[in-house]
Amino acid sequence: MRPLDLDYMLGLVPVILGYVPLTLFMAAVAMVCALVLASLLAVERVIRVPGLDWLVMLFISFFRGTPLLVQLFLFYYGLPQVLSFLAQINGVTAAIMGLTLHFSAYMAEAIRAAITGVDRSQWEAAQSIGMTQGQMMRRIVLPQAGRIAAPTLVNYFIDMIKGTSLAFTLGVTEMMGATQKEASGSFLYFEAFLVVAILYWIIVETLNQGQKRLEIYLNKAYAR
Amino acid sequence: MILVRGLTKRFGQTTVLDGIDLEIADGERVVVIGPSGTGKSTLLRCLNFLDRPDAGTISVGDVTVDAARATRRQILALRRATSFVFQNYALFANKTAKQNIMEALVTVRGRPSEEAARQALDVLAETGLADKADSYPAALSGGQQQRVGIGRAMAIGADLMLFDEPTSALDPEWVGEVLDLMRRVAEQRQTMLIVTHEMQFAREIADRVLFMDGGRIVEAGPPRDVLDAPRDERLKRFLRRVT
Ligand SMILES: Nc1ncnc2c1ncn2[C@@H]1O[C@H](COP(=O)(O)OP(=O)(O)OP(=O)(O)O)[C@@H](O)[C@H]1O
Ligand SMILES: [Mg+2]
Repeated sequence: MRPLDLDYMLGLVPVILGYVPLTLFMAAVAMVCALVLASLLAVERVIRVPGLDWLVMLFISFFRGTPLLVQLFLFYYGLPQVLSFLAQINGVTAAIMGLTLHFSAYMAEAIRAAITGVDRSQWEAAQSIGMTQGQMMRRIVLPQAGRIAAPTLVNYFIDMIKGTSLAFTLGVTEMMGATQKEASGSFLYFEAFLVVAILYWIIVETLNQGQKRLEIYLNKAYAR
Repeated sequence: MILVRGLTKRFGQTTVLDGIDLEIADGERVVVIGPSGTGKSTLLRCLNFLDRPDAGTISVGDVTVDAARATRRQILALRRATSFVFQNYALFANKTAKQNIMEALVTVRGRPSEEAARQALDVLAETGLADKADSYPAALSGGQQQRVGIGRAMAIGADLMLFDEPTSALDPEWVGEVLDLMRRVAEQRQTMLIVTHEMQFAREIADRVLFMDGGRIVEAGPPRDVLDAPRDERLKRFLRRVT
């Protein structure tokens, strides 16, 4: 067994750190888009719009039923061949799209379950004062469902951050892509991937801490 | 003027409201009494379209709805002309007392939020809860929550206020303060339709008492007739049980 090249590892940290913003950017944009899409899908699943329900179910089933990597390849390498307007799509956009669609399917189920968990009397109170369905969902039901679903959604966000590493297979130089390039120059694969693993780990642990604070904040209204 | 004609509601095979006819004059306070399961809640819920009636017409103010072919727009208009006080308060759990009252004003009536906030504070002062404006429901006692619930229903300025057993879920110690607030609402000649088991309260504030049984209004009249000189056998039996 050879000793670890610690100097190399230390030198690599700032290089890879330089790609953290891109990784977080992709995850954050995809998360916001996925939240919006998942909320729409979840609301549809709860109120069951005739004619739309089967389509939503199909969507959720497909994006949960196939690997993220396959979906990314389908978008980036496959779709542009049949839809010419996608020919110019770049790796970052394709990765964000793929992550959005994939995770919105999972998050839709989590939000749907949370909506069902909101007390029926909250819906009735909203209806009784004359709110429209949309107002009731946006102002009363979804915020309360959001609190119920928050821990699960943060977990999906963490999965999403890790999922951005797949963007390197679309030619995007994010944290993983940068590490791969560095490693193939130095041949110090173990050191390089160990560094990137630790950096992902730190990001995720930071988020876990954030989640605890988020829960305290979200539970504020419900404390006696 | 509230006018209800032939209001009918079925749950599966059972007819819960059997063609209710009812007129309520502006400013009139009507109390509904009756045994459990006779459709009192269902009547109120149908007037607010929380339950969709199967047949009949409802007119409140300038809104008229034919249950069989009510459009979404008509249902919203009817709900805005009526307001509902729930047995379990049903305050919005994610909103403060003040926001609970503002919600209907801003979101539903489209009032500017500053004006709505001022009005909400006025209403809270009226309900004796000015110091609880920024409290969330979870931090309020049952009695305080129900007073906010009544405040929310008052603020809407509805033609008809519906109360479904507003004190039944309360610990006895909080019943008085909620009834006091309802008395004050009644003094403002707000049109009210109240389901309650508080007979003393009914005697005090009701212009008219309706006795419901089996999905129909069996006897109706001023409290001294219905409560003190009942004619119907079922009503006599009911009154013996509750008093
Ligand atoms: N959603 C529903 N589905 C099926 N049956 C229902 C539903 N809601 C009410 N019922 C039935 O309708 C009947 C009338 O109920 P309702 O709640 O209106 O009675 P109530 O007079 O308010 O009784 P209580 O004094 O116990 O509140 C009851 O037999 C009840 O079981
Ligand atoms: Mg009832």
